[in-house]
Amino acid sequence: MDSTGTAKAATGRPGKTRDRGLSAYRALPGVPDELVTADGSLRPLWQPLVAHLQSLSDDALTRATGRADQYLRDSGVFYRQYGSGQSVERPWPLSHVPVLIHEADWAELAPALIQRADLLEAVMADLYGENRLVADGHLPAALVAGNPEWLRPLVGVRPASGHFLHFLAFEIGRGPDGRWWVLADRTQAPSGAGYALENRVATARAYSDVFDALNVHRLAGFFRDFRDALLGLRGARDGRVAIMTPGPLNETYFEQAWIARYMGVSLVEGEDLTVADGRLMVRTVSGLRPLDVLWRRLDGSYADPLELDPASRIGTPGMVAALRQGGLTMVNSLGSGVLETRALMAFLPSLSLHLTGAPLAIPNIATWWCGGAAERAQVMAAQDRLVLSAALGTGLPFDRQGESTAAATLAPEALAARLATQGADLVAQEAVTLSTTPALIDGQIVPRPMSLRVFLARTAAGWQVMQGGFARIGASQDPTALAMQRGGSAADVWIVSKDEVPAVSMVAPAEPYLRSTPGALPARAADNLFWLGRYVERTEGIIRLLRARHNRLAEGGRAALPLQRQMDALLATYDVDGAAGLSPGLLTTLGAAVATAGQVRDRFSPDGWSALNDLDKTARRMAGQVEPGDDAARALSALLRKLAGFSGLVHENMYRFFGWRFLSIGRQLERALAMCGALAVFADEKAPVGGLDLCIELGDSVLTHRRRFSVGSSRETVIDLLALDPMNPRSLRHLIDGLSAQVQALPGAATHGQLSELGRAMLRTQVEIATATPETLTTESLQALRGNLAAISDLLTGAYLR
Amino acid sequence: MTLYALRQTIRYDFNRPTGAGRQLFRILPADIPGVQRVRDVHYDFAPEVGERGTFRDFFGTRVIEAAMPPGLVSLDLTMQAVVERAVDDSLLDLSPPLEGLAAEVAACRGVGPDSPHHFTQPSRRIAAAPRIADFARAHAAAGLTVRGLVEALGRAVHAHMAFDAEATHVDTAPEAAFALQRGVCQDFAQIMVGGLRALGVPAAYVAGYLRTLPPPGQPRLIGADAMHAWVRAWAGAETGWIDYDPTNACFVRNDHIDVGFGRDYDDVAPVTGRLRLDGHHSGSHSVDIEEIAA
Repeated sequence: MDSTGTAKAATGRPGKTRDRGLSAYRALPGVPDELVTADGSLRPLWQPLVAHLQSLSDDALTRATGRADQYLRDSGVFYRQYGSGQSVERPWPLSHVPVLIHEADWAELAPALIQRADLLEAVMADLYGENRLVADGHLPAALVAGNPEWLRPLVGVRPASGHFLHFLAFEIGRGPDGRWWVLADRTQAPSGAGYALENRVATARAYSDVFDALNVHRLAGFFRDFRDALLGLRGARDGRVAIMTPGPLNETYFEQAWIARYMGVSLVEGEDLTVADGRLMVRTVSGLRPLDVLWRRLDGSYADPLELDPASRIGTPGMVAALRQGGLTMVNSLGSGVLETRALMAFLPSLSLHLTGAPLAIPNIATWWCGGAAERAQVMAAQDRLVLSAALGTGLPFDRQGESTAAATLAPEALAARLATQGADLVAQEAVTLSTTPALIDGQIVPRPMSLRVFLARTAAGWQVMQGGFARIGASQDPTALAMQRGGSAADVWIVSKDEVPAVSMVAPAEPYLRSTPGALPARAADNLFWLGRYVERTEGIIRLLRARHNRLAEGGRAALPLQRQMDALLATYDVDGAAGLSPGLLTTLGAAVATAGQVRDRFSPDGWSALNDLDKTARRMAGQVEPGDDAARALSALLRKLAGFSGLVHENMYRFFGWRFLSIGRQLERALAMCGALAVFADEKAPVGGLDLCIELGDSVLTHRRRFSVGSSRETVIDLLALDPMNPRSLRHLIDGLSAQVQALPGAATHGQLSELGRAMLRTQVEIATATPETLTTESLQALRGNLAAISDLLTGAYLR
Repeated sequence: MTLYALRQTIRYDFNRPTGAGRQLFRILPADIPGVQRVRDVHYDFAPEVGERGTFRDFFGTRVIEAAMPPGLVSLDLTMQAVVERAVDDSLLDLSPPLEGLAAEVAACRGVGPDSPHHFTQPSRRIAAAPRIADFARAHAAAGLTVRGLVEALGRAVHAHMAFDAEATHVDTAPEAAFALQRGVCQDFAQIMVGGLRALGVPAAYVAGYLRTLPPPGQPRLIGADAMHAWVRAWAGAETGWIDYDPTNACFVRNDHIDVGFGRDYDDVAPVTGRLRLDGHHSGSHSVDIEEIAA
């Protein structure tokens, strides 16, 4: 472990110094600690950070950690907590003290992990190739044949890239002697790299001075190199690179969406993909587009319902066929989950000698597979310090609630009986004692158990180890309480250099400047954006109508009753109860907008997502509290302002490409439909008194109407302003012109100068509204117009969104 | 040696045109040295599908893979083959007693398609079922050889179950069919496989065809034959795999034609896939097996 200090300068601020619990800080007996040595002295590496923490007042410390938490909230980082039958998003639990590791320590670790990665690649190549390891007796057949992660359809399928493994993580910890060892191999679809980066940004915000003063290795280079490696895996082919997600309900969906955005590759779901002529294709609004490299974030067995798990709803039929035909590089190859098998750790030391001729450079937890008589005898002899668990299990050692038993809790006869009858299903592993690292709890520095996830990516220059990682910090001194589901937290990992480190970013400096068109938009994403637009606009329409209703209730008067009844009838078509304060129907529509947005979080800014969620939370909080009438009207006005915030963020910041077009089309179409509906009811010849003024109010055009028509409102003035005036952004004419322009800019709008069916329908409607007059635009023709717009929505769905 | 002309037709009718989809068909007769030889085989889709081809799956079954174009209203798949069956009719029992089998399994290295190790554990469709395990134990008399045990359990399953094409469906769990005491060949075979595995005998599920003989004096009905399923049990290193048909309570000879084997129905299902259906579809299939002159 490091003992040489490398700080450029202490960064304490002048003023009073606080203890922050340091004088009472001790390593736990027999447990190595990152902050202090066994004799209690502070490791010099930590001195600048500790000095900084001690220099901060309680308020300043709260502000510093608050900056980190604020960043995480603003970026929408959360984790998903699973309870009884449902899951909820919880704020990201960041431990506010990073783990500091000296680069010399790291430099020893990296080659050891690379050796292990190469070993795993060799084992994988055998398990999905000739299976010599089993045939020659190096691995028991039962561990392979009985393993649900050994995917038989992939046996004999050679990876197109020549490698099975491209991205790995190792869960490591320090043993009692202070040396690193491997607790678990994560080879299936390791998560955490994106969170490591988010933890970094947040932690660096909290302690920017110290971060700058210490030479902390940057993480961006790792991602840049891996992205370049993924792009390189396409070879001479023209296809795309994408990340495949199990979907928004996955525990780490946020991270997947985030990495996709960060690396500039698309995020796809199984439904977005299809296989044609042996290649994997993305269904996009521009047709099928080939995909050559897929970084999967779902378990292998779910990838193809046709040849793997038939119950999978998140895979793509034909995926295995595409792999068999060499039309795709999968990161990592399907079936790589077999390497996570706990019992495999019992064999890796001997496999290393057999396959590489060298012993493991970093040990893993001592493991015995209880299927052999010799191993059973060893387990009996070492009973006191062993833990029994499922041989084919893949869970992390500290993450196995209910699936492991301390062997010491069994009577020797009971243990012997269990080993004799179920031996092949069991492994015994040394109980894990984790080393500790400082955590900040109530302003005091205290030791907490820690494990570290380190990431390896295969690049053109071979395996690269991320200079940093994802640390888990225990909620208490109990080393089994590391999992977030059990109150654990996450921390940044600073690999500290004695020299200045180069600043790196995702943009490689030497690359020529090239502007590329954004990737083709998957049809499912387009569908979600279209409906996001519609739901947001529908929410706005309901709020405006409801507010008008409650304003009139506040103003009172029996004369308003007939109009109120008509408003209630219109609201009822949206399942909204006009008489209630904030009707549940409004919350349902808003909820649909949030859920739809959640499906395409990678496609608009975190600010937009925060704004929409804020609106939703506010509405739900208000729902139980507001009274009908003036109170409700004011609450609705507040919601309307928040909604405008979301619309503004999206409108101002979204890149003007297909995604934005579908969102806009959704909004304009919904707004035009609603305007047709409102005018058909409230501007009808037989509409109750006050209908015309209501139309102007719903169209947010009170001032314009007053300015343009010095007279009072008449049906003619209202229809002119809200239906025919091309300058009014809420008029039908303006909306339909806008829709038409958007539709013309979609792919395939016209072929050889001939308009598509959608294009023709759009043009007919545009001509109709452009040539109408207040006299010809009767209630009947408004209703017909509404029908035409609904038909346009169907045509659009058929052409682009299926 | 018996020579057959085999013909199968699978037809789907869709109420509404379908979306595109991929399908797998496991219907082609297998080539098994010393047991079964395919002299000639071909298959056709009507209407013609976009992409089609065959590949061998892990257990060696030849699988037809086809990409269905969108807009189908019906689909016919016709397969014709000429198949030789020549099962060696040896009745010599060289299998070990059950007590010795575990050691023989453990001594077996390798995870190739024929390895018994694939077939010792419960599988997706044949979960551990305590009542079937108890039933199997009750019929495992002490001292029986594995072959003797296979026959005893096969007969017991046959006696316990009544053939009933209406009582179960393709997804009925073996335990449910066992409780009903009714079912079709798939149920008979899955129950027996589960029972054998519970006793420690590696057991596979086999899919194929069965030639049915008309009652004496009556003409053979065309298309009345059927796809069939039976059981393959590993009876020690010396004997290897033996096939037993619990639906008909007999060892498998020359009336059966193999398509493939696997851990359970999922590994050998005749049709796999998810045509994206907007409407409902109806299907029919017919099998015709005619013995022809050698």
